[in-house]
Amino acid sequence: MIVFDRVSKRYPNGREALTNVSLRIEPGEMVFLTGRSGAGKSSVLKLVALLERPTRGTVTVDGANTSTLPSRAIPAFRRKIGVVFQDHKLLMDRPVFDNVALPLIVTDTPLREIDRRVRAALDQVGLLGRERVAPLELSVGEQQRVGIARAVISKPPVLIADEPTGNLDHGLALEVMRLFKRFQEVGVTIVIATHDLQLVQEFGQREIHIDDGKIVSGGASSGAAPDAAALPNLQAHR
Amino acid sequence: MSALSTWGARHLQACLGALGRLSRQPLSSLLTVMVLALALALPAGLWLFVSNARAATGGVADAVDVTVYLKADVPLAKAQQLAASARERSGVAAVTLTSADEALAEFREFSGFGAALETLEGNPLPHVLNVRPTAGADGPLEIETMKRYFAAWPEVELVQVDTEWVQRLGAILDLMRRALAIAALVVGIAVLAVIGNTIRLEVDRRRAEIEVTKLVGGSNAFVRRPFLYTGLLYGLAGALLAWAIVAISIAVLAAPVGTLAALYGSRFGLSGLALREVGLLLGTGLLLGLLAAWVVTARNIARIEPRA
Repeated sequence: MIVFDRVSKRYPNGREALTNVSLRIEPGEMVFLTGRSGAGKSSVLKLVALLERPTRGTVTVDGANTSTLPSRAIPAFRRKIGVVFQDHKLLMDRPVFDNVALPLIVTDTPLREIDRRVRAALDQVGLLGRERVAPLELSVGEQQRVGIARAVISKPPVLIADEPTGNLDHGLALEVMRLFKRFQEVGVTIVIATHDLQLVQEFGQREIHIDDGKIVSGGASSGAAPDAAALPNLQAHR
Repeated sequence: MSALSTWGARHLQACLGALGRLSRQPLSSLLTVMVLALALALPAGLWLFVSNARAATGGVADAVDVTVYLKADVPLAKAQQLAASARERSGVAAVTLTSADEALAEFREFSGFGAALETLEGNPLPHVLNVRPTAGADGPLEIETMKRYFAAWPEVELVQVDTEWVQRLGAILDLMRRALAIAALVVGIAVLAVIGNTIRLEVDRRRAEIEVTKLVGGSNAFVRRPFLYTGLLYGLAGALLAWAIVAISIAVLAAPVGTLAALYGSRFGLSGLALREVGLLLGTGLLLGLLAAWVVTARNIARIEPRA
């Protein structure tokens, strides 16, 4: 589902965030991206969400090469990827309903269906009945769950999350992770960047460890998809 | 059908959303609309001034009659013959013959010298031809040629045209028309600048929202839509208020203008904007608003990209 082929990313300020990174994540996998802050986790997610393009190498998501995607195809590409941020990026001047509905509104979904799916998404994150509430009236954990509801409402095949539990205590973090696990169970490919190693161990999913812009371990896909090509194959592919 | 109604609902929503945002900042929206209204009212008012001035002086300007006084000894039959041949000339729309007797009767009736005229032995007045040029031949130059043509007739004593007055009036109206065109151009640019700048600020203010919208897959066209409606609404509101300003001005001026006209023995009354002119004003406002929003958003929205 997500393939990085010898990807390097250098930002305009000259800092090289990723160096020759290759990894492969199969459809339906749930993967943790770990490493110190500044190691390159966020860069990987930005490259997947097409918030950035690689300096060298190719990033392929659901068959689309992000480097060659024309700009008019970018909105459709982004609709396939749900994104959850640590600071959740909610629109604070809009009620919960409007925030969650946004991905459907941009695709001109009929109003009645929006209404139904917003309720369904809020129900999944345990916030049904809070549609009219302003995000600021919610707790941090609840705000994070609104962000998750927004990320999943359009049923994207890929869900990426950058430190989704960074502001949460362990109990809430666990709850959020269980939520992600449920989405994985219905076939969504999930990539979560986190530095909460305890959480990663509790969930026992594949862990891709990054340090100083390079993959230390876990770059090849694991048991979730046994037929998946390992790194050497990937390079032979080229 | 359902796709169409969804599309319609989206546009309605974008329009209502833009309206909602304007109403959430009533003071700044009102100030912007007032600036637009004053700007649009200027050419509209000037236009009304010109068209009313044309209407008020229309009787004079249209009737550039050439008055041909025949010599006193020309008999009526000859005068009728001359009138007939004057009608033949190209550029002549109508010729009215006022005989000396008719002229005297008229003079007796209107001058108040009725009794004094009784003492006159004969009729001192000549026959007069009133020549009205056709619409295409009433320019100062053609009138002057016509004047010389009639003056050359041996039976003619005097040809009178108030061409200077006609020329001056024509020049004044022409000047005002040009001033109107310049004012319209300047105002158009001002309206574009005001709406454009207002929308540019709004784009900046809503940057976070635009980023999130793009992040979840909103296209540039989608993000742009409410701003285009904002521009349309500004243009429409400004034009409506401009219409109100002009209408109120006309209402306030109607009575004194009527009094003034009555003193000159005229039934002239101020006329406001006709339906077609109102349509033009509103259409111009809408178009300028849309154009300003279009240009500004094309540049600014594509530049905003989501950041993580």
